[in-house]
Amino acid sequence: MNRQLTSDGQLKHLLTLDGLPRATLIKILDTAESFMDVGEREVKKVPLLRGKSIFNLFFEPSTRTRTTFEIAAKRLSADVVNLNIATSSQSKGETILDTVDNLAAMHADMFVVRHAQSGAAHLIAGHVAPHISVVNAGDGRHAHPTQGLLDMFTIRRYKGAFHNLTVAIVGDVLHSRVARSQIHALTTLGVPEVRVIAPKTLLPTGVEQMGVKVFHDMQTGLRDCDVIIMLRLQNERMKGARLPSAQEYFKFYGLTLDKLALAKPDAIVMHPGPMNRGVEIDSEVADGAQSVILPQVTYGIAVRMAVMALLAGGAAA
Amino acid sequence: MADLLPDVDTLIAQLADALRPSLTADTALVGIHSGGVWIAERLHRLLQIATPLGMLSITHYRDDFSRIGLHPQVKPSRLPFEVEGRNVIVVDDVFYTGRTMRAAMHELFDYGRPASIRLAVLVDRGGHELPIRPDFTGINLDIPPGQNLTLSRSDDGSLIMSLA
Amino acid sequence: MKLQIKDGRVIDPKNKLDQLADVFVAAGKIVGVGHAPADFHANRVIDAKGLIVCPGLVDLSVRLREPGFEYKATLESEMLAAASGGVTSLACPPDTDPPLDEPGLVEMLKFRAKNLPGPRVYPLGALTQRLEGTTLTEMAELREAGCVAFTQANVPIIDTQALLRALEYAATFGFAVWLRPQDFHLGRGIAHDGAVASRLGLPGIPALAETVALATILQLARHSGARIHITRLSTRDGIAMVRAAKQEGLPISCDVATTHLHLSEMDLTSFDAQMHLAPPVRTLRDRDAIREALRDGGIDAICSDHTPVDDDEKQVPFGESSPGASGVELLLPLTLKWAREMGVSLSQALELVSWKPAQILGIPNGHLSVGANADICLFDEHSEWQVSRRTLRSQGKNTPFIGHPMNGQVRFTVIDGHIDFEAPDA
Repeated sequence: MNRQLTSDGQLKHLLTLDGLPRATLIKILDTAESFMDVGEREVKKVPLLRGKSIFNLFFEPSTRTRTTFEIAAKRLSADVVNLNIATSSQSKGETILDTVDNLAAMHADMFVVRHAQSGAAHLIAGHVAPHISVVNAGDGRHAHPTQGLLDMFTIRRYKGAFHNLTVAIVGDVLHSRVARSQIHALTTLGVPEVRVIAPKTLLPTGVEQMGVKVFHDMQTGLRDCDVIIMLRLQNERMKGARLPSAQEYFKFYGLTLDKLALAKPDAIVMHPGPMNRGVEIDSEVADGAQSVILPQVTYGIAVRMAVMALLAGGAAA
Repeated sequence: MADLLPDVDTLIAQLADALRPSLTADTALVGIHSGGVWIAERLHRLLQIATPLGMLSITHYRDDFSRIGLHPQVKPSRLPFEVEGRNVIVVDDVFYTGRTMRAAMHELFDYGRPASIRLAVLVDRGGHELPIRPDFTGINLDIPPGQNLTLSRSDDGSLIMSLA
Repeated sequence: MKLQIKDGRVIDPKNKLDQLADVFVAAGKIVGVGHAPADFHANRVIDAKGLIVCPGLVDLSVRLREPGFEYKATLESEMLAAASGGVTSLACPPDTDPPLDEPGLVEMLKFRAKNLPGPRVYPLGALTQRLEGTTLTEMAELREAGCVAFTQANVPIIDTQALLRALEYAATFGFAVWLRPQDFHLGRGIAHDGAVASRLGLPGIPALAETVALATILQLARHSGARIHITRLSTRDGIAMVRAAKQEGLPISCDVATTHLHLSEMDLTSFDAQMHLAPPVRTLRDRDAIREALRDGGIDAICSDHTPVDDDEKQVPFGESSPGASGVELLLPLTLKWAREMGVSLSQALELVSWKPAQILGIPNGHLSVGANADICLFDEHSEWQVSRRTLRSQGKNTPFIGHPMNGQVRFTVIDGHIDFEAPDA
């Protein structure tokens, strides 16, 4: 975890939010704030990363995340190269590190990496030359730091501060890298109560040690919450003997208007996407007044711009 | 050395007089954070400019990013008017190498294509490094490199120039 | 060759010996301890002043990677590595390619090993054909070819009935069966299922995977009467279950790997695939239970579970890496480290890697009695060295102890009366 920071505390890689100092998280959020207006101008670009090459290394396919990283990089005037490794060299048996070495030889300055295995971004960060930065765009179940950051940005935008909030994360925490990143960020930023709400089969062993309060009953867990984060439930969970059906899940763990009413009246509803309507969240809620799901996407671009700008810059003032 | 520094209020009044003939109905003033904004606010009042005041932070346009990274944010840029086809007067406190003005022009052009850009500064301290010159200057002072000339604002709002 | 090992501190746990004495070797046997036999004229005198002279180490699990995995390591390199670690007898698991499930393969391995300098090799035969867990191997034939016991290595048998039949068949002949307790389904993960793996997002293997399988094995052992050796215990609860079974009178023994004496899930900080081990290292409580059980006899032996692996198989994400650590050269120093930290005597520590494993294997080694095989290890217990790619002689450089300082370095290894390893002079 500490290979992310240089000896004088500058951000060198972004691999996980676990262990990042509060000041670093705030700096990223503040920097993201400064990029918010770029998307509203005629020329949606700033020249900060002009001449830099950013390689999107997606070993696990993703259109949404890859697109936002691409937009963010281009708004910084960087050159972007997209590599969907699933279809090319990986299938020919080339190892991750060989792929990375070949690309580094093409003058890459930054790798944005998504991989199905936990620890993949760490492996790459430990291997690349000192001038190359690595951004983890999601590794297995472990971390999705930019998503965690944009979720914090969203919370700050709507709630102002972190120190007086009750935040609930609902759903498949066990398999979720997003949830882990959110938990690290929320606890570091000083949110006094972070709750996870899920059946036992969807919670990781010892999750309390990450600083959360466990609830199996959604009614109790949602009471008086300021922020509700719904996690996506994947179909595979039914096959792995963790859940019987989407219907039963929705009944007990899906967010409907009447369950939402248990939270504070001004509670916001978030979802990292993509949503499974009718499985973890009812359409009425997803499209309702308290949902901030669409704005989350815009914030994602500013946050990713901030991360890339902070990584690419020299020793920041 | 302090006694050689001019009175800021006097300089601003002189600048306003110099600018008045060039104004058009739609002229916009844009101050560069932070000193330029303070001066631009005064000028905006003195010249009774109709168009709302603009502010540029130029943080994302500086040319020293690779060396020293992002500066901590002072305030964000805000241009509450259409840049396209407008006569813009950029206002700054101290003109030194010219790089700040280059960045300001770059940022302005990312908002639209102005009809013209003129630069008004309180002090031109010499040490130019680019082929950029102010159009309106309060005073020329020859400050050696290594010395910092800065404008500060005290609690009661008065502006003071100092050398360090 | 006639050898005199002079002025060393002789520690022979079986014979409860710990004193300064000379040892005399002739024709591959120990012919005197403390007193030279009559008319003894040494061809070579080894100055063992300041050194410990103990029985050659007996390592219950050393993968030699032949046949089939020569790109990972070869017989030559691994036998030399073992000898340099003071190991004079070793048991090798049958998970080669093809697995050791046919007498011909076993004979070939034994033949190859016999003609190389290095330890005595005792192959463990596959319990089922191709280790697939359904059909029995010709255990009696394999025994005749040289297998000392039968095992599934790291491949659990899913079909409980097949496991029972295998134990009954082995019991028929009095053969020992070595089993690693791991439930196939519960064991489908890559790190210990606890707070650390949860944080790192690594699929977990709960302690239950070991204890559920162990419960089954113990029940089947009671029923079949087979002699069972439990390999690579990793849990506190598992240790307690084996202890209770022993107290009950079941013919059961167990071992643990050196990695598990020292490491725990807390060492899994940065996804370093060198920490990918099978079984996984678990909580500090489990580690401490292992350390304590070795002291009080709950666990019978320490082995290295030497598993050399090609660099490429570790320089991949954790979940894609091959499990296992190279470690036959670290058996001695890691055992000494445990002993030092626990305040255990050298004699008791050395017994866990010589006499006790020899008894489990059923071989006449692991002691320095007059008339015994001249398998002797001479080491400097204080000599400090650092584990590095350069200092490791095994082709497998995959160990979590890379960069760690070790105390205890072998100076001479005598096997069958020959000096098969002599450390280059410092």
